[in-house]
Amino acid sequence: MSDVDRPGTAARPLRVAIVGAGPTGFYAADQLFRQDGLVVEIDMFDRVPTPFGLVRYGVAPDHQKIKAVAVAFDKVASHPRFRFYGSVELGKHLTVDDLRAHYHQIFYSTGAQTDRRMGIPGEDLTGSHPATEFVAWYNGHPDYQDHQFDLSAERVAVVGVGNVAIDVARILCRTPAELAKTDISEQAFEALRHSAVKEVYLLGRRGPAQAAFTNPEVKELGELEGADVVVDPREVELDPLSRAALAQAPDRATTKKVEILQAYAARMPSGKPRQLIIRFLVSPVELVGDATGAVTAIKLVRNELYQTPTGTLQPRATEQFETLPVQLVFRSVGYRGVAVPGVPFNDKWGVILNERGRVIDPNRRQPVVGEYTAGWIKRGPSGVIGTNKPDAAETVACMIEDLARGAILQPAAADAAGADAFVRSRQPQCVSYDDWRYLDRLEVERGRALGRPRVKFTRLDEILTTLRERHGAGNH
Amino acid sequence: MTVATILARKGIKVVTIRPEQTLREALAMLAAHSIGALVVTDGAGTLVGILSERDIVREAVRNERFFDLAVSAIMTKNVITGQPADDLSAVATTMTNKRFRHLPVLDGGKVVGVISLGDVVKTQRDEYLGEVDTLQTQLIGESAH
Repeated sequence: MSDVDRPGTAARPLRVAIVGAGPTGFYAADQLFRQDGLVVEIDMFDRVPTPFGLVRYGVAPDHQKIKAVAVAFDKVASHPRFRFYGSVELGKHLTVDDLRAHYHQIFYSTGAQTDRRMGIPGEDLTGSHPATEFVAWYNGHPDYQDHQFDLSAERVAVVGVGNVAIDVARILCRTPAELAKTDISEQAFEALRHSAVKEVYLLGRRGPAQAAFTNPEVKELGELEGADVVVDPREVELDPLSRAALAQAPDRATTKKVEILQAYAARMPSGKPRQLIIRFLVSPVELVGDATGAVTAIKLVRNELYQTPTGTLQPRATEQFETLPVQLVFRSVGYRGVAVPGVPFNDKWGVILNERGRVIDPNRRQPVVGEYTAGWIKRGPSGVIGTNKPDAAETVACMIEDLARGAILQPAAADAAGADAFVRSRQPQCVSYDDWRYLDRLEVERGRALGRPRVKFTRLDEILTTLRERHGAGNH
Repeated sequence: MTVATILARKGIKVVTIRPEQTLREALAMLAAHSIGALVVTDGAGTLVGILSERDIVREAVRNERFFDLAVSAIMTKNVITGQPADDLSAVATTMTNKRFRHLPVLDGGKVVGVISLGDVVKTQRDEYLGEVDTLQTQLIGESAH
């Protein structure tokens, strides 16, 4: 391809499809728009009607400051060459071939949509759930509003100590007054207001020095209005291996984390109505059920740590067991990407098969021309929201490099109007960014009346009806 | 962050060489793939060693006619290996303290990848950059209210 033919000019913009409107998609869009001398048109798709992915449906409702990153994404969306198509799903409304016919480059940022199983007996008993389903439910995700969580349970186990596990435990312990200041879904707010939960166990398989949670997260647990945090002093005493590892590679954050936990262990319970009990060095081995198939207890094995050749401290089961009576279990032991229909998948790591973000054909072991990925579906679930920014930048650098070499798709119909008409023919009910801004305004208004940041639309039909009324009003 | 995070974005290629192949072949492979070390596996695919640029440099200084030597003659046989679930912070400390730059990763006894010190540094840098960015966004969000 000669320079004259190469897209990226005002007369012939580079056309990019971004599949997945979470943080990674917006970081990539921003980076593409900032390329010097490149004119790029971006169409961003999401299978749900609204943008921002896990910022809206993952980040806990009592963490509004973290959700504020959406303001930056909204600025990206204001770019005149940006379009959003909500409620459009790859594999349902569009295929990869459809995208190849309309875009020069395709970028997948679909995230890690499923959770890992614990792989223990009783995992599917009534009352045992993936933590992410509870998170999606309380955040008002339209696909999860019919899920039932029996909050008449008095004792709950949350398996894992990553940030999802911590969020779930904290939300279960929040008082109605605390929840009233959040944008938690109305349905979850009502259910949690009448919750009978008295004890929430957070179960970590390794020790306090290896726990994934950050210091602000663990400090927050000690400041809950309605729950005392309880830690067994013996479980936060550092074992010799952890002590040696810290001596060899001193790390202030880890030392501080252990100190905070030890301070919790020294606290006397103040008699708050709930207890949040953080446990270490235990792994679930079985969920025990009653005759009706409901969870009544979780059987745990005590772990000890051992050192791998790289110096990592990993847990190993001992012969000591204990049984904890619980009626509700949330597992949060890791996440995995789901294969995107028509895109090579690396089943081992649960990601799109890629090299630095270029999608790789498994047979030829060469990049698939014009297809890229970033975020959790590229590297697996790790890091904070901002980690996706350098990750997206690595992929965008590959896209720019390939464009310069002319290694891009040659779409039959590379025009914005044609793509728009095509997408609408496949999904007439798709949601535009302007529609989202309208929904956003309504949500914030509904919240203002109640002193809350927003009251979310949580049902697909509610969203579609609202938008139909909006557009209908203009037509009559 | 774990070793798996790095392997996930490295495709499926693991560049391996057999112990009986020559250093001439090894050099050609290192150059062709722009890498600093080769994993040495036997016919059954079992890891038997690692051959790094440093191993070859050391031999070249001693013996100018090293090209026809077998890989097995100079490879490092006592290889420290990693696992996908290993913590990157521990890996970084061990690679720095024990002064080696390539870590073959085994899963169920099979080589599933190699990570370099460069990979570890880049991933940790991105992790820190991401944290700083997220904290800054939150601070700016705070001051806007």
